[in-house]
Order: sequence, then C-alpha cells, then structure tokens
Amino acid sequence: MSNNWEMVIGLEVHAQLKTTSKLFSSSPNLFGSEPNENVNFIDSGMPGMLPVLNWACIEKAIKTGFALNFTINKHSVFERKNYFYPDLPQGYQISQFEFPILSEGYLDIDQPDGSTKKIRIERAHLEQDAGKSIHDIDPKFSFIDLNRVGTPLLEIVSYPDLSSAEDVVNYMSSLRQTLMYIDVCDGNMQEGSLRADVNLSVRKPGGELGTRCEIKNLNSFKFIRQAIEFEFQRQIEVLEAGESVEQNTMLFDTNTGETRPMRSKEFSHDYRYFPDPDLLPVNLTDEQINQIKPSMEELPHEKMNRYINEYKIDKDISKIIIAEKENTVLFEQMINESDVAPKNIASCLVGDIFAFIKEKNTEVLSLLEFTKDITDLLKLISEDVISNKAGKEILPQVLEGKGKPNELVKKMGLEQVSDTSELEKIIDEALVGEEENIAKFQGGSDRVLGYFVGKCLKSTKGKGNPKLINKILLEKLKIINGKSLIFENCDKINDK
Amino acid sequence: MPKRQPISSLVNSLKEKKISVHELFDQFHKVAKENKNNSYNLVLDPDYQKSNIEASQERYSAGTNLPLDGIPLGIKDLFCTKGITTTASSKILSNFIPQYESFVTQQLLNDGAIFIGKNNCDEFAMGSSNETSHFGPVVNPWQNKNNPSEKLVPGGSSGGSAAAVAEGSCVASMGTDTGGSIRQPASLCGLVGLKPTFGSCSRWGIVAFASSLDQAGPITNCVEDAAYILNSISKHDFNDSTSSNYQRDDYIKDIDKKLDHKIKIGIPSDYLKNVTPEITAQIENTKKSLAGHDIEFIDVAFETTDYALSTYYIIAPAEASSNLARYDGIRYGVREEGSNLDDIYLNSRTSGFGDEVTRRILIGTYVLSAGYYDAYYRQAQKVRRLIKDDFQRVFQEVDFILTPTTPNEAFKIGEKLDPIAMYMNDVFTVPTSLAGLPGISLPSGLSSNGLPLGVQIIGNYFEEKKLLQLSNLIEKELSFNE
Repeated sequence: MSNNWEMVIGLEVHAQLKTTSKLFSSSPNLFGSEPNENVNFIDSGMPGMLPVLNWACIEKAIKTGFALNFTINKHSVFERKNYFYPDLPQGYQISQFEFPILSEGYLDIDQPDGSTKKIRIERAHLEQDAGKSIHDIDPKFSFIDLNRVGTPLLEIVSYPDLSSAEDVVNYMSSLRQTLMYIDVCDGNMQEGSLRADVNLSVRKPGGELGTRCEIKNLNSFKFIRQAIEFEFQRQIEVLEAGESVEQNTMLFDTNTGETRPMRSKEFSHDYRYFPDPDLLPVNLTDEQINQIKPSMEELPHEKMNRYINEYKIDKDISKIIIAEKENTVLFEQMINESDVAPKNIASCLVGDIFAFIKEKNTEVLSLLEFTKDITDLLKLISEDVISNKAGKEILPQVLEGKGKPNELVKKMGLEQVSDTSELEKIIDEALVGEEENIAKFQGGSDRVLGYFVGKCLKSTKGKGNPKLINKILLEKLKIINGKSLIFENCDKINDK
Repeated sequence: MPKRQPISSLVNSLKEKKISVHELFDQFHKVAKENKNNSYNLVLDPDYQKSNIEASQERYSAGTNLPLDGIPLGIKDLFCTKGITTTASSKILSNFIPQYESFVTQQLLNDGAIFIGKNNCDEFAMGSSNETSHFGPVVNPWQNKNNPSEKLVPGGSSGGSAAAVAEGSCVASMGTDTGGSIRQPASLCGLVGLKPTFGSCSRWGIVAFASSLDQAGPITNCVEDAAYILNSISKHDFNDSTSSNYQRDDYIKDIDKKLDHKIKIGIPSDYLKNVTPEITAQIENTKKSLAGHDIEFIDVAFETTDYALSTYYIIAPAEASSNLARYDGIRYGVREEGSNLDDIYLNSRTSGFGDEVTRRILIGTYVLSAGYYDAYYRQAQKVRRLIKDDFQRVFQEVDFILTPTTPNEAFKIGEKLDPIAMYMNDVFTVPTSLAGLPGISLPSGLSSNGLPLGVQIIGNYFEEKKLLQLSNLIEKELSFNE
C-alpha cells in the first residue's frame, strides 16, 4: 500500500544541557532526586523572583553551534511563552523565539550505501523545561514535581530533510553522539535528557508537501521508529480513503504503539510571545564566541580519523569504538597509560571487553579503574609470558578486580613454558614414531604442522608457548619450496 | 502640616540620647496603630520589633550606629518581607507570607531601619488613587479647606506610603513607581517622592507589576531624607539582571553644595498645554524661587509626549498580564475550588483579582495576542524608543527638565469612575518612566483649596546626585519664599 507514498519528516529535538545548575536559577540540575527537592523560590514562581541567566548554558549552545555547523548569532533574545499549567509555576516558559542563538546548521548522516546525507538544521534555541504532573497516584488529585522546572534545554529544529524512520534514527543517534562528545548533553533518553517531536507528512514522490502532524515527546529510538511507521500508514490510509490529513498534534501510546490526536484544548494556545523584560538580550562578541573554540572536545568523525591515521586501527573497529563517547574514554586511557600497540588494545576492547560488559551488564566507565591492569595483561600476551588463550581466561578476573594480571597468571598456573631446551625435549619426544606424518609434510600437508603443535601443547598441558613451539618445530623441519617440509633425518635417508 | 524632623536630626537625637529608639518607635507606632487613614495593611507592634529596637539601641550606646539606625519606616505592601504577610493589596495574596526579604528592604534593615508596617497601595500597584486596594481606599491626611468633610485620595499606587508619611506614622516610606506611583502620591500629599533611574534599585523581591518600568524609591518629608534612603537602597544586585552595576555616588555628601557652574533647566511647553493656571503657577513659582542662582530656563518641546500615555497603557498591561499569571491558586495565595483545573484557575483568578487588575490583564492579553501584537505591542515598543530618543535630544540642550507632577490636586474618593480619566493622572510622570529616567516630585505650593501641589524634576540617567542637589536647593528656596 505504501509503495506509492513517501514520508517527509522534520525533527524537533529537546536536549537537556549538562550543567550544574538550571537555566535561570542556582538550583541543582539533577535527575532522580526526591520530588521537589531541587526547587528554589525562582523555580516555584514566588512573587518578585527574577531569572538570572546561567552563562554555562550559553557556552554549551556555542559549542553546539561549532559542532553542528551553525551560524552563532551574536544577538539573541529570551522571550516569554505564556500558557497556564500547574507544572509551569511562572505561568510562562522562558524561551527564544524571534532571535534564537543558533541558525542554519547541518549534520551529515550515514546512508546504508556508505554515502552520507546532509540534514539541514533550521535553528536551535535555549529554553526552560517544565515540571512534571503526576496523575496516577491518587484518583482525585494530581501531584506536581517541580524538580525539572527551569532545566536548560536546547531545542534543535531540523528542516524536513528526513525521509524514513531509518533516517530519523540515524540523525537522532548522530545528534546524540555529537552532543555527548562535546559534553553538552548526557544523552540519556530514558531519563528524558533527549526527546524528539516528529513532524511527519506524506506525499507522492516529487509531489507537493502534504499536511503534517506532530508526534510529541518520543524518548526512545524504538518508540520513534514505531510512531513513524504507524503515523505513516495512518496518513496513507486517510489519503487513500479520499480524505485529507488534518493538521494535528499527536500523542504516541507506548502500550499500543499507536498515535492519537491530542484534544484540541491541549495544544491550541496563543502563546503571546514577547521579550522577557526581566532579562537582557544576549549580545556576544567575536571574542566570547571564539574563546570557546579551543576548549571544544574532538568530534566523533575527527576522533575516528585520528584512530585510523594515527593508531592504524581498522575503520570498522574505529567506528565501533567511537559509537559511544565512554568507549573512547576507556580506550584512550589505555593507550595513554601503556606502550601496548593501539591495535591490540582496540581488538581486545571491541572483543573480550565488550563481551564482558554485555554479559555482566556493567558500565563502560566503571572499568576505568582497571585500565592499567588490562594493558599489563595485554603486555604479558605480547611478550609471550602467557598465551592468548590464557589471556582470555584471565581478563574477566581482571575486570572484576580480582587481582593484578601477574598474580592471576601465577595463581591460575597459566604461565607459558618458554624454556627453549625444555620445549626442544618435548618436541623431539613428540616426533618419535611419526614418520608417516612426516612423510605427509613432504607431500605438502599443512594440517600436519598443526597436529604436531597440538601434540606438543598437549604434553605441556596447554602452557607451552605455541609461537615458540612453532618456531622450534620449523627449525627442526626444513622448508623447501615453500610447502614441502622434510625432516633432517629423512634427508639422510633420501640421500642413500 | 507640622514641620517634621529630618532623618539626620533624629539620628542626632538618638545619638545624644535625647530620645531612645523605643520611644521614637512608639511615637510613630501610636499613630500607625490608629490607622485612621487606612494607610497600613499591617502594623507591626513594638513586641514584634523588640529585638530590632534593642539591637539598634545597643548600637547607639556603643557608638556604632548605622546610617538609618532606629528610623521607623513604612514599607509598601508590594515589597516581600520575610515572615511578614505581603499582599500587594490583593485578595489573591491576602494569606501570603514570603520566606525571603526583598533586596531593597534588606538594605534598609542592614542600615538599621525598623519597619512600622506594610503600607496599603493599589492592588498590584495598579491605580492612581489607592482606591483599587482589596483592603479599601486610603484617605489623604490633607483636607480641602473649602470642604473639610470631603475624603480625598492620597494618589496612587503608593498612596498608603504617602499618607503614612503625611500623617506622621513613619519618618519615611518605601514606594514603587511604574508610571508615577511614587511621584504622584508624593505630590498629592505634599511630600518628596523619588523614582530613581531604572536599574538603580534592585527589583528582586518586589511583587512585579511591569518589569521594564517598576522601580523602588522613597517618599519623604524632605530631599535630604530621600538622599539618605537612596544611599541605602541603590546598590548593584546580581540577582536582578536589569540592575545596573555603575558606581553609585554618596548622595548625602555635598547635597548642600552651592552650584559651581551654570545649569540649564528645560521647561517643556507641551506639558503645559492643557493645564489649569494653578498648575502653571507651580512652574512659575519654582522658576521665581531660583531667580538668585546661575540657572537658565529654556523652553523645550517634546515630539512624543502625546503618545506616552497610550504607549504606557499597552506596555505596562502587557507585562502585567504575564507577570500575574503565576497567581493561579495552585502553589500559594487564595484558591477557590473547582471541579477541574480550568475551573480552579477561573474561580481563583476571578475572585482573587479586583476590577482594575482584571481590566489590565485583559488589555495586556489582548495586545500580545496573535494578530494584534504588531499593531499594539511592537508599535508601542517602537514609540517607547522614540520617547527615549526624544529625551536624549532635549538633554543635549539642558541639564534638567521641570514639569508639573500631576494635572490636578487630590480629588474626592470615588470621584473618578472612568478608567481613562484616572489614567490621565499619570500623564506627566509616565514619559519619564518609559524612558527609564530618574524623576523627583517636590512640593511646590498649595492650591486654592489649600491642597498640596508638586513639580517634577527629571534628570538624565544615573544623575540622581545632581538631581538631589538641585532639588535640595529648590526645596530651600521655595520654603524661604513661603
């Protein structure tokens, strides 16, 4: 049914800024406190209270401006958006309207075919978050938690350049990644640090834009995807039934996976925006803007390029590491603390360490205290003190803080046998009575080498250094024409 | 009205132990307690102020007294006072006890002042006669000598603050001025009323009416007292983003200094177009009194005066409609129950606000509405800019501007029923407010009914020091002429 239709989507993303205090008050900007714990006289809208701009929010906005290729406006104005609701104590939300701090940016997103697509961003502005109304505690009363009141938000408004749920998820996750990298937002969607309003319309390919509906307040990638798919189908059904889509604000029901229109009363406001007379316009100088630049953190794509060029790490592995900023923190700490080849650290990280994190459901950053132990362990492997296999066995113990690698090696009896004379003895014993297999070497069978190594390892109970065994074995075997391997003693036989 | 002792001489009497802090407080409290002019919403008794009075007395005994130590002051009920009911003379806040002290009143407390009580005012400072108060009108202590039984308004909105000083229930009082609310009642009660430059005194903790216009200031018996209070209250406050951090002068120092250079005072002809001869005579009196000084009077003309009042009555209600949105009966103040949220809002606000406040909320909501914003609010902001520019043009020619404070003397309570007629009271004070300039009203003479009239002197931004020096001179010369 949807064959002949395409969707056109623009996104409004609300990012809570990672600051110590709120946008216009000194209350802590914290999630998860007891209700109404982080509320002062300003937040609760007491008579005569006045907002004072938290400059840290301007700095975060400027950083975002640099990261998302925005024009950073030297003149921006806070206005009042007036409406009544119990979780809005002032009776207005302070926001930017006519003069936002950021205009005309863009973000490149990856396409399935490996190319990138440029998503234009119309504007981004600073505003206050509202509190929370809780309606399901008591049958008669609603409860209000004002902790979130005044939390700084950056609302990032894209152009309708997105054309699939995939696009939206890519855009949103790339945006999230960037904001987390530059320390503007903690990206925690479950806690509401990042929320999206989806504006969606459908049209025939190349046709005129249809009427859009706005789906409010989506806070997970899963819900975004579901809401878009449902709303897309809904609008097509309406149009194919010969009716027209009504411009509407929709709510997404997370239980049914369906969208439904809000009662018109819930959104038909005349917000009566006007400049907030309690606040001065924000006038920035070039100097103020540019002094933020040197403190800018590395952006994801910059980091990836550095990993590839400086550390010689594969693109695919680099991509996995940079996906979350915390991975890079762990990774770079390991690189800075040791002289183990970055490549080895990277493969251990995306392999065994990630597997451990997944299995134990632990936090990436909780492993920061073990980075030295991890690299020490990797060093033991690269110096052939232990085998790769033994390393894999020890790693989880290290990550659980059960001991230092060298202690664990001893405790677990995993030290490799790297004594050459001892190994030679073992190899000589292993070759006794193997004339048939030796002949197979001569025939060019590689597999037999593995057999010999395995046999030697078995007699060392796995502790023999496989590389060394290999090396000695090869010394004892002579390589002829690349493939044919001839035992010393055989040469003599053949000579006869 | 009897001649009152200025703050400086009261402080001396206290220093010299001619009177104790307690006796001084009692003397004023006795008058305040009677509250015969309804100038107080709340009078604080000596028991409540006991520790403050004792602490003040101790400082005098130790010779460590503060600039306003032991001076009993009246505080407009628009200033939030910690632990003391603050109502803005509105029903909706009639049960509200702030847990914080406004910046301005805190400065006064820091300087040793002792509060007599909370002065009645127009509801949310919206009015020019103090008749819109939920707690009833304030009566002007002055009487029409031709009709002594008539009860007259004290002006507004700081009517209670003015009447309190005039009746002798406090040494001085704090008012707020949005479009003339200090200067106009000071004029109608025969007192000095100073509205400082916008940004001079912090608005933190003052119940907001129109944020871009509101400014605190003193109502006093004499110019020197105004300087004492301004010294205390004019300070930079980080918590008010519109508070200016310019270097303040000592307003007392050199207040008596003789003019050391020629000054020019502009008299705007457009302010005198439609006034009665009695009002024009106030300007003439003032001019005459200054005849012996090196002062040149220059006729000046503004181009924007005619638009000021309508500009004001767009901007002030627009800001008020938003500032008063927080009074919704949900978190504090008086709530009227309802069957759903909208009903609680509707019932609480309908019952909590009086007619004038409701009218201004409606006007303000209207001028900010989609489709009307450009025609009203944006246009008014443009005109406001022209008014500011107009003043700056005139200030290139002159140092001060001299105008009448009000177009009339105190009128009868209940006389002006038409809101527009009431708004006309502010016609001479509103332009100064829109421009954010400092203005002071000085008593200049009596009308034929024996009622006080005043003149307004307007200075340039942050030139309160010079403004007070000139005012002090005029005050002396005018009383010399009496």
